[in-house]
Amino acid sequence: MAIEKRYPEAIFDWHADHGDRTLVIDGDRLLDIARLLKEEMGYNVLVDLTAVDYLPRKPRFEIVYHFMNLETKARLRLRAQSDDEHPLVPSLTPLWPIADWYEREVWDLFGVKFDGHPNLKRIMLYEEFKGHPLRKDYSKTKRQPLVGPQN
Amino acid sequence: MEPNGHRQDIAAVLKGQVMTTRFDKLLGWGRKYSMFVYPFVTACCGMEYMSVSASHYDLDRFGAAFPRFSPRQSDVLWVVGTISHKLAPLLLNVYEQMTEPKWVVSFGACASCGGPYDNYATVQGIDTILPVDIYIAGCPPRPEAVLDGVLKLQDLIQKSKQPWK
Repeated sequence: MAIEKRYPEAIFDWHADHGDRTLVIDGDRLLDIARLLKEEMGYNVLVDLTAVDYLPRKPRFEIVYHFMNLETKARLRLRAQSDDEHPLVPSLTPLWPIADWYEREVWDLFGVKFDGHPNLKRIMLYEEFKGHPLRKDYSKTKRQPLVGPQN
Repeated sequence: MEPNGHRQDIAAVLKGQVMTTRFDKLLGWGRKYSMFVYPFVTACCGMEYMSVSASHYDLDRFGAAFPRFSPRQSDVLWVVGTISHKLAPLLLNVYEQMTEPKWVVSFGACASCGGPYDNYATVQGIDTILPVDIYIAGCPPRPEAVLDGVLKLQDLIQKSKQPWK
């Protein structure tokens, strides 16, 4: 496959199930690999984008991308790993404008920053909210009401 | 007064054409059959609310099915569904803009106590931000439970002291 040949050092692992491939990659090389996927391999749709917190595993965060090739109907998943407590991966908005809202959601709920995002601010929660509630170390009952009593 | 000048019993003279009552009771009677509802519908309970309002259960016969989507024209706030902390200020804003006297119905488990959502996002009962008159239990409530709630609210309106000045 073209990605392994081009960026062998950036691929940590891979597996395939019923023809749908998953690649575990280095988050720092995400933009290069995504550009290759779009411009040379025909993966023209960014279907979804989310993150997983694997606390206490190291590396802690994985940002998961689902791509689709509308010509061949092939699907491909990238799992970009980030070892940092405050992860930073390149934004895919230059390649797929839809990444804008997806990346804001992941920033809002997981605290993953996207380098090069045009407007990285909260989208689901309110501006006053402190922390990122889908992180494993955020207590699920820690409420931050705008009106009414605190907890 | 009879032509011969004898005073008769007033009830016999009026012969059931006039009814006497207390002003409070009269106002309560009027108010309980003319509820102008503001439905604050956010979640699955909303489907149940529509079903109760539709012809089969016919909320209209209680004088309670005239939804007004303007707080200034309504006096019963139905909180139907989950309220998140992000939404709570808007709910409070609607309540504050409604005309007096006004009542609040908490429809279903989410509005009453947060329902299944014990998490960072959900208000654990709207009674933490505004006064609630009637709680309707259920997830979602059966239409019969909603009708029972309407009857209880009418009873509460009839029996309460009526502000009218």
